[in-house]
Amino acid sequence: MLDSKIPAGPLEQKWTDYKGHVKLVNPANKRKLEVIVVGTGLAGASAAASLGELGYKVKAFCFQDSPRRAHSIAAQGGINAAKNYQNDGDSIFRLFYDTVKGGDYRARESNVHRLAEVSVNIIDQCVAQGVPFARDYGGLLNNRSFGGTQVQRTFYAAGQTGQQLLIGAYQALERQVALGNVHMYSRHEMLDVVMVDGKARGIICRNLVNGELERYFGHAVLLCTGGYGNVFYLSTNAMGSNVTAAWKAHKKGAFFGNPCFTQIHPTCIPVSGDHQSKLTLMSESLRNDGRIWVPKQKGDKRKANDIPEEERDYYLERRYPAFGNLVPRDVASRAAKERCDAGYGVGTTGQAVYLDFKYNLINKYGKAEANKHGIENPDMETLIRLGKEVVKEEYGNLFDMYEKITGENPYEVPMRIYPAVHYTMGGLWVDYELMTNVKGLYCLGEANFSDHGANRLGASALMQGLADGYFVIPYTIGNYLADEIATKPIPTDHPAFTETEKAVSDRISTLMNIKGNQTVESFHKRLGKIMWEKCGMARNEKGLQEAIVEIQQLKKEFWSDVKIPGTIKEMNPELDKAGRVADFIELGELMCIDALNRNESCGGHFREESQTEEGEAKRNDADYAYVAAWEYKGESSWELHKEQLEFEVAKPTQRSYK
Amino acid sequence: MEQYTMNLTLKVWRQKNSAERGSFETYPVKNISSEMSFLEMIDVLNEELIRDGKDPIAFDHDCREGICGMCSMYINGRPHGPWEKNTVCQLHMRAYKDGDTIVIEPWRANAFPVIKDLMVDRSSFDRIIQAGGYISVNTGSPVDANAIPVEKNMADAAFAAAACIGCGACVAACKNSSAMLFLSAKVTHLALLPQGHPERQTRAMNMVAQMDKEGFGACTNTGACEAVCPKGISIENIARLNREYMMAGLASDK
Repeated sequence: MLDSKIPAGPLEQKWTDYKGHVKLVNPANKRKLEVIVVGTGLAGASAAASLGELGYKVKAFCFQDSPRRAHSIAAQGGINAAKNYQNDGDSIFRLFYDTVKGGDYRARESNVHRLAEVSVNIIDQCVAQGVPFARDYGGLLNNRSFGGTQVQRTFYAAGQTGQQLLIGAYQALERQVALGNVHMYSRHEMLDVVMVDGKARGIICRNLVNGELERYFGHAVLLCTGGYGNVFYLSTNAMGSNVTAAWKAHKKGAFFGNPCFTQIHPTCIPVSGDHQSKLTLMSESLRNDGRIWVPKQKGDKRKANDIPEEERDYYLERRYPAFGNLVPRDVASRAAKERCDAGYGVGTTGQAVYLDFKYNLINKYGKAEANKHGIENPDMETLIRLGKEVVKEEYGNLFDMYEKITGENPYEVPMRIYPAVHYTMGGLWVDYELMTNVKGLYCLGEANFSDHGANRLGASALMQGLADGYFVIPYTIGNYLADEIATKPIPTDHPAFTETEKAVSDRISTLMNIKGNQTVESFHKRLGKIMWEKCGMARNEKGLQEAIVEIQQLKKEFWSDVKIPGTIKEMNPELDKAGRVADFIELGELMCIDALNRNESCGGHFREESQTEEGEAKRNDADYAYVAAWEYKGESSWELHKEQLEFEVAKPTQRSYK
Repeated sequence: MEQYTMNLTLKVWRQKNSAERGSFETYPVKNISSEMSFLEMIDVLNEELIRDGKDPIAFDHDCREGICGMCSMYINGRPHGPWEKNTVCQLHMRAYKDGDTIVIEPWRANAFPVIKDLMVDRSSFDRIIQAGGYISVNTGSPVDANAIPVEKNMADAAFAAAACIGCGACVAACKNSSAMLFLSAKVTHLALLPQGHPERQTRAMNMVAQMDKEGFGACTNTGACEAVCPKGISIENIARLNREYMMAGLASDK
């Protein structure tokens, strides 16, 4: 039933062969075909712009007030590409291999190889659009390192790479809007997919300004709606990031792939209190120059700068000498949790570790600058002053952000950091062409499951979003639309549109009529607590079983006691949020079911029952080398389909970063 | 930093929709921690309002990391509040002390009509970008990214201008409601890069024309925009825009 449509032939030839034989749509016919793009982050904006350029009639939707606000904008550190500009041994194969290994052998080889191939085109495209990447004095592009790799392949624009890439894609999109090829609908939220004769043919949206439901037709529908990390309530996602569009598609038949695969990012600003509404990431790029440590002595209450060098435990460098502070995110997060659980954590809550820049600020940058300026035997003060200037250029905005949030100056004292939910590798199941198992319904970027396996490497999300939108979908969508050229646009008074809109409208009315006593926010917080404690960084059978029961109870309570103010036909952010939280509750249950089913540890999914003697994640390839694709069968009921993963080139081994 | 709690009085602009008249409402808020962000303080108030059966305050916000540009509050007469180079979402309550009164308004400009309470419509900014704030290059096979070296200081200056988050604080601060800082940041970003050169002249002309059409005011060099910009976009960009515009006018045969 699950056909991943992986082309035949050797791995490195698949994409080339596919492109050479895929069906094409001639320019005159493209103008007759309409495509709906939901979401305008890197995947959505790049897809909408590229499809508009090709001549398709595109309608793009976002819930924010402008497509430029999508959460891709907050990505900090960088974007990977196998350019090998640094002459340090990088290649398409290495990027492919690092990504499959980093994902702990739970990604599809063919997709990952294609991703590595097109990565080089992305950088060319972005530079041509005017993305101001960091450059060296010779005028050429600069690179830095990210976790899980031993080469420098990450392109960046200070700590604002996502912003610069999204602005590039946004400008390309606005150019198509001006040319009339794309129609942009801001402040619109997709609330259902319309199916006609087994194919996705449109969507129902809520106009968030006046509350009206609206119908839109498309020959194909693309969901580029990002991840679902907000199921945990606290995450580094934007407040509006949600699973609703993907979840509605799931309930219309699209399988959900590996829902339990969640990335907990090791370097985030720790929780400060119950009022906390979101968590803030400190880019992984900081691990290029920051060293992570805790005191060697349990419960050491001294200030960080008062703890002498020999009493500090640089535990990542100790446990993983080959990769040191640049181990992948899942490994770094678990190591931080291990130290804190063992009583070595710092800060008022004991739930934090130090990320310290002093060593590299002085020894790496300070000394290099002193050399450059011809200062012999510089004193410590000079080294610090010179080093600070470089650190400021590299990470200035991150340091400023840290100081605004915590009130502490990270140039002087080490940052306190702790892991937080950041990214979801799981998502709608898609085939090689990025189509879900529902015909005509595609899923791009973080919203799909395909490229990162059980753990995503840093600086690969931006790469995947843009790869899908700029370089994959423009080819693969033609293979479907070539057979649709005779299909006339379906009028939106077709019964399928009427019925779907009625279902959406009924659900909204039901929500508004509950008139209970508890706020939407309070339910979301409670869901987040269950998820974080029982389906978070470490999971076990008992906890997951409890979580499923608790979530089912929470769902009942939500649908009988939620309190939503205001009315339907107006701007009503609480109503929008209620719909999203209702979907998160259902998703939370599926995540626990998936985590319970996968009785192995892999990547970010750590089952306590499955670990090595040293506490590392232990995979079980014999039983679990598959993608878990869940089919919705009705309330609290799912059927598991398995896509067996074949590793022809990157043979699975125990992942080691020692 | 020592944590403390405070009680405050908020005076908040309430307006049901773009058609109705708005007015200030006064709300006391209690036990606010100095570690909260400003928006978390509003969250606390909104939860109380909902529990009391009242309509919560509508405001735009999303990333809460100071980068999406969605948040937009005019606090005690200053866009984004008292801190320099900051957005509302990154403003923290340690900026205030017990007993303070805080007045909160939406951005006020004809080109930014109020949608509800503190939420405004900034789609005029999108239309200014549509008028030419891009490089006309289709997705495909451009030259290798390193084929055209770009002087580091040019690339850095382009990046500094491109850091604009499109929040509109510059317009809100300006007595003329001018969008010159926003527009000039985009023109500068693209004009400083060799990739942006071919369209320099039409870009400046068309974007300025669109800005006028949207009802933004003229620039009188008061510099309020630069003072409140959360990303520190320099007013020098406006000087560059004026140069670009003048050169385009001289060279244009249209």
